[in-house]
Formats: sequence, C-alpha cells, structure tokens
Amino acid sequence: MSILKSGGRNPKLCSSFLCLSLSVVAVLALGSVCSAQELPYFVTYSANMEEPGNLEIATKSAIGKPPDGNRFIGASLEFEYGAKAWWTTEFYLDGATVAQDSTIFTGFRWENRFRPLAREHWINPVLYVEFENINGANKSLLEVVGHDGAADFVEGNAGGRQEKEREIELKLILSSNFKGWNVSENIIAEKNLSNNPWEFGYAIGASRPLRLAASPRKCVFCAQKFAAGVEIYGGLGDRSSFGLHNTSQYLGPTMNWTSPSGWTLSFSPQFGLNDYSVPRLYRFGVSYEISQVFEKTRALFRRGEKQ
Amino acid sequence: MNFKIAFTILLTISAGGILAAAGSDWLNQVPPREQQKTNPFHDQPQAIQAGRLLFKDHCAQCHGDNAQGMNKRPSLRSGRLQSASQGSLHWLLVNGSVRRGMPSWSKLPDQQLWQLVAYLKSLKVEE
Repeated sequence: MSILKSGGRNPKLCSSFLCLSLSVVAVLALGSVCSAQELPYFVTYSANMEEPGNLEIATKSAIGKPPDGNRFIGASLEFEYGAKAWWTTEFYLDGATVAQDSTIFTGFRWENRFRPLAREHWINPVLYVEFENINGANKSLLEVVGHDGAADFVEGNAGGRQEKEREIELKLILSSNFKGWNVSENIIAEKNLSNNPWEFGYAIGASRPLRLAASPRKCVFCAQKFAAGVEIYGGLGDRSSFGLHNTSQYLGPTMNWTSPSGWTLSFSPQFGLNDYSVPRLYRFGVSYEISQVFEKTRALFRRGEKQ
Repeated sequence: MNFKIAFTILLTISAGGILAAAGSDWLNQVPPREQQKTNPFHDQPQAIQAGRLLFKDHCAQCHGDNAQGMNKRPSLRSGRLQSASQGSLHWLLVNGSVRRGMPSWSKLPDQQLWQLVAYLKSLKVEE
C-alpha cells in the first residue's frame, strides 16, 4: 500500500467522508449484529436478497496493475437495505486511487433487485436494474461489459474524470441452491444514456460453505464460518460486435469468513485470461450487517422522548 | 428522454415484482410431499443446540430471542406452528412467505434448516 500516493485531495470531500464515517460508527453502535452467511462473490449476484429491515454496510476493493500503467485501487462503499422480502435496494459510493497520481471520488450507483417469484425453484430468477453516475476514472470493477479492458485503467485520474458515464444496467440473475452449493449466473446488459450501443457481459459463480451442518457450540474459525468457490466473468462485446473478441475475461478462486461478531471478510485473487485483461486482480471485501436498523432507530428516539 | 426510459423500466419492473409476490396462508400451500418429509435431526440434542445458535443468528432479530414474536412478527411458540409437520416448517424456511415479509432461507444449507426445525419443534407452546 505504501507505494500508493494520494494527492489532489479535496478538503470538502474529506470532511464529507469524515461525516459519513461518523454516521456509520453511530449506526454500528446502535444496531445489533446478525451473521450474514454471505456468499463469497465479488462480481456475481445470487438470488439471495437482504433480509427485510436489515442494512448491510460493505466495502469492496480491487487492486491491479495494467501492463502499461500504474497500480490502482478501485473501492466501493455500499449500503444494502432489505426494503421487502422481494426487494433489495443498494447505494454505492465509488472511489479510485492510482499510484503516482491521486485519490478521487468517481461517482455513485443505485441498484434495485426484485425477486419476481414467491416460491423457491430449481433456478431462481432475480431482476436487477441499476443507474450509474460515474466517470471514466472509476476502477471498482463491479462488472465487466462490452470491450472493457486493461487499456481503460492506463489513463490517469485527471483525464478519466472528464469522461461522464451515466448508464443504466440491467441484469438477469439466475441462482440455484443444491446440496449446499450455490451456482449463480448473471447476464448483463448496460447502456450509456448518451448515444452508445448496448454492451453485454456475464458473471458466473459457484460456492459452498466448508461445512454444511452447524456446530452446537459457538465457534470462531470452524469450517461452517468459511465459504469458498470460484468466479468467472467478462465482457461479451456490444450490439454491433457481440462475442468474446477484444473483451477482458477473469477467473479466480474466492473465499470468505464470517466472524461471530457479524463481520464478513472476503478475498479473491483473480487472473486475466487474455491480453486484453488486467493480468492479476486482488479483491478484498469487508461487510457488516445491522439487523432491523430503522426499528432500532425509532426505539431509540421513543426512549429519548420518554426521558 | 433517456432518463424517462430509465424511470419507466424501473417502474415496470417494480410493479411486476409487487404483483408476482402475491400469496396467501403459507400452511395451506405446502405440497403433501413436502409435509411428509422427515427431519434427519429429529430430537437430537446437539442439533437442537445448533439450531438454537442458528436461530439467534438469523431469526431472533424479527421473532425475538425466545421466539415469542415482536413488532407484529408472529410468535413461533403458537399452537398452530407447533402442530405443523416438520416438513412443513422446512418448506416454510426454504420458500419464505415473501409477501408477508418472511424471506426465503434457501441460502442456508439444508442441514442447517433441519437443525433450525429441530430447535423450533423443541419450543414450548405459549398461546
């Protein structure tokens, strides 16, 4: 990390982040924890929805170095809320740091996931719609579509931030649970709201907890607290040039551990499968789930009124 | 204009989700084959204890620490629930009752769902 210099900071942005951090700490102190039993995916979505009333706060980071560019970290801070059992809404703030360059805020995303079927099936569909307002310096790599490639990460932050990307993204999420395994497939279509063609991508993940039955004792590092799997994802070109030609593709193992206090730590080394991809990506994630966050906030205010 | 298209897509998908989530009393919806499933962990003390820990992690936030219900969420000590077959309870955990706010717990392995059922069945009825 020491090789990364963060320059060009905006004092207003820093004070906003300070406020945000304090708010997060307040909410963490307020809510009670629940073990989230997360799947270890970074890009692939499953049909699992956030439990209604719960708020998950998570960070996801991708570290990489394009062949002709500087090392970068793309990071996202995400707030995922279970609005209903069939509707999960999520808000992201993205940022990027480039070695020998700067750290900047790169935009926001708002996504919604809807589970259209009330029952569990062999394959469970979820519909996903997202609005992104990001810029060309974004490096969070939350999906790969079209002809996204290593060359996109070579340009510095100053140049990249000039390029506005207001996009709508649709996903069809298909997910199956069988004998402890989860297998999820995502089909992605993304449209820049300026006059650009639809771009396509995919993500596939499979994972399983290391132990299926729960232990009768509280444990920290027992096998049931770990999940491992594999993830593959990449672009599929665009409307005028659909296919794998000139697209980046990634594959890697992925794993996570959920602590008894409710934190989930995830890690995945991922490998570019062709020259168009960043050769190696290291992904880290930390998440924390707060149960029934608004009920607890209301209870806190009611208690305050009584006093 | 593009923003209008994006908004219309969002609205259409939301409306579809609401309509599709319709359902009624879950107990009447359990298929006979599911009702008859037996719990491989039935009455096993270790499974009940494991189920208790799972309940604390995943269920107590809505149903209360002692499964007595809270904030309009039902008690799991009711006679109706306790008289349901173990297979029916397992079916409910797998499918949830999405319209009524009960999520699907299919993300948990089947073994853990049966451990939860063993714990739920060990609770005393309180009407």
